[in-house]
Amino acid sequence: MAMLEIRNLHARVEDTEILRGINLTVNAGEVHSIMGPNGSGKSTLAQVLAGKDTYEVTEGEVLYNGKDLLDMEPNERACEGVFLAFQYPVEIPGVSTNYFLKAAVNAKRKHHGQEELDAVDFLELVKEKAALVELDSKLLSRSVNEGFSGGEKKRNEIFQMCVLDPTLAILDETDSGLDIDALKTVAHGVNCMRSPERAMVVVTHYQRLLDYIVPDFVHVLREGRIVKSGGKELALELEAKGYAWVEEGNATPVATS
Amino acid sequence: MADASKTLEQWENQEYKYGFVTDIQADSAPPGLNEDTVRFISAKKKEPPFMLEWRLRAFRHWKTMTEPTWANINYPPINYQDIIYYSSPIKDEDRPKSLDDVDPKLLETYEKLGIPLHERAALAGVAVDAVFDSVSVATTYKDKLGEMGIIFCPFSEAVHEHPELIQKYLGSIVPYTDNFFATLNSAVFSDGSFVYIPKGVRCPMELSTYFRINAQSTGQFERTLIIADEGAHVSYLEGCTAPMRDENQLHAAVVELVAHKDATIKYSTIQNWYPGDENGVGGIYNFVTKRGKCHENARISWTQVETGSSITWKYPSVILQGDNSVGEFYSVALTNRCQQADTGTKMIHIGKNTKSTIISKGISAGRGQNTYRGGVRINKGAANARNYTQCDSMLIGEDCGAHTFPYIEVKNSTAHMEHEASTSKIGEDQLFYCNQRGINLEDAVSMIVNGFCKEVFRELPMEFAVEAQKLLEVSLEGSVG
Ligand SMILES: Nc1ncnc2c1ncn2[C@@H]1O[C@H](COP(=O)(O)OP(=O)(O)OP(=O)(O)O)[C@@H](O)[C@H]1O
Ligand SMILES: [Mg+2]
Repeated sequence: MAMLEIRNLHARVEDTEILRGINLTVNAGEVHSIMGPNGSGKSTLAQVLAGKDTYEVTEGEVLYNGKDLLDMEPNERACEGVFLAFQYPVEIPGVSTNYFLKAAVNAKRKHHGQEELDAVDFLELVKEKAALVELDSKLLSRSVNEGFSGGEKKRNEIFQMCVLDPTLAILDETDSGLDIDALKTVAHGVNCMRSPERAMVVVTHYQRLLDYIVPDFVHVLREGRIVKSGGKELALELEAKGYAWVEEGNATPVATS
Repeated sequence: MADASKTLEQWENQEYKYGFVTDIQADSAPPGLNEDTVRFISAKKKEPPFMLEWRLRAFRHWKTMTEPTWANINYPPINYQDIIYYSSPIKDEDRPKSLDDVDPKLLETYEKLGIPLHERAALAGVAVDAVFDSVSVATTYKDKLGEMGIIFCPFSEAVHEHPELIQKYLGSIVPYTDNFFATLNSAVFSDGSFVYIPKGVRCPMELSTYFRINAQSTGQFERTLIIADEGAHVSYLEGCTAPMRDENQLHAAVVELVAHKDATIKYSTIQNWYPGDENGVGGIYNFVTKRGKCHENARISWTQVETGSSITWKYPSVILQGDNSVGEFYSVALTNRCQQADTGTKMIHIGKNTKSTIISKGISAGRGQNTYRGGVRINKGAANARNYTQCDSMLIGEDCGAHTFPYIEVKNSTAHMEHEASTSKIGEDQLFYCNQRGINLEDAVSMIVNGFCKEVFRELPMEFAVEAQKLLEVSLEGSVG
């Protein structure tokens, strides 16, 4: 059974159809990269999978480990192991990152019938993961993302991913806004998370990221559909030829794997 | 003029004599308000003549006043003749015998707030002796404080034991002519707290009505007077986080603070009276006058968390009389269901180099209406006065409202004023972010709201800050989803 099975997914905002029949299968252990021009629907796909209710799903289905994902509340999806690293992480004034993350960790543990982590164990976990992505631990006592630099916000997303240990991680343009050193550390964090039990969907505009996080599959999204899929070399081809190349009759609308 | 006061005096004396023969065997005064009611209350409390005279002056003045209508609140007219102005403390045999006799809904709330079992019982009005000897607790503290010369006792006790202090300070900050509700309170107040901290003494503990769980018998018209003598420090906590069961709908309290030279008074309130049900039926009308006066270098700090009552009308204020004095107001007001709050502060700058800070956080949910009303006045002589005001409103849902009325009056050009205001809806994106991390909607709302209130909560004494957070959680229940 595939971990994630997206079939003919259509979604819209008010009268605008944004996703127009997405098909995608992701198996445990795989890393998929999604590329595509601005406004093609990459973030929308990510948000629909995470359960953002701004988007109305009008057709299609999504199975996650065999369960109807669209039927689950966003927090339920998260507790079941779906993680989204946001393209634009929000600020939550007055709520410390530590406090926030502890609530998140314990919500998940509660969902699985485990005991809550106590302060000592939590701190240990957090310390280890912060070191992994080289996140300045001073940020942890500050309000969630408040006044963080663009790069710090992105790093914080990956840090949270490491702490929450998801089954399916969706990274939406985590690389944009990172300097080259930060990119390497973040990629290192992500690579540490690669495992046969986990799958990742990495949205990016840049082939550069894929030098560090080498994908098993690359998909091109355009106007709400996957118009081309291939291996990691597809990213290089895109970089060389641009998205216009996909339009010139090279489309292969069905996803592989 | 002289003649008039003479007749008044004669008349008072005569009435007073008459007052003492009023039958004081009854446990309650009949409903209604006239001079006899005032005499009855005074006689019941065996007050010295000066108190009765003061009450009567207040009452006569009150008759010339009309109820204010300027606040942004709506309620059906109050019939002041329908109210019972005095009933003696509930007798033990009339109280619930045990927790089994108490409304389960109330107990459920106590449980959510994490109130210890014996306190839950006391709060619900179960005969205190049966569960918790609050009297002995209070006495222990009192002895300890007494050694330092600190007076902390019920107002009525202070009237008997420290009449010179009462005569000197009662009404010195909130005169009996002050406003409709304060004047009413002056005429009929039942009891309250009295605190005196002597020169140079730093009160070693938070003084709290919480230790006096029997505060429930102080009734609907409370009067509190706190005096910090030169260089003294005191932190006073009022109220508790549990909803107080109370049959009285109208509450009109008065609090007066006097901070002498170099003194500091920190006054924290958590108000969680019954807010009424989902349809706005029932609930307390809370009309409170709170004011303090700062002498040279003194500091008065009001911190309030207002989550209860169906109507809150309250403007804790500071008169910055002395040079270099400091006034602060930190407020969280939450209105859910059909609650209405019109609250804020007044900072009156009279002395030089006086400084005031106002931080107000209003949260509206359900059909709640929340108004911030603040006044800052810089008098002519108040050179180099400074004020910083920040008032933020947060809306949860579509049917609630937030309103802001800041009044500023500056008569000295050296004043430095800063004002910031914001209104935001609780962010969909913030909620989704929390949800995406596994945090459910209700927890996410209370987390975001608590974060919004952080600047105020950190002004509360530690244990109270934790309770205040829990209280917000409980008060917000059912406001989303
Ligand atoms: N909430 C919304 N309301 C209206 N339109 C929206 C909304 N969300 C997305 N859209 C529109 O849907 C289209 C796809 O947006 P989306 O953010 O998914 O693109 P993207 O592929 O992630 O682009 P980028 O590479 O710039 O991040 C865009 O035209 C966008 O304007
Ligand atoms: Mg995007």
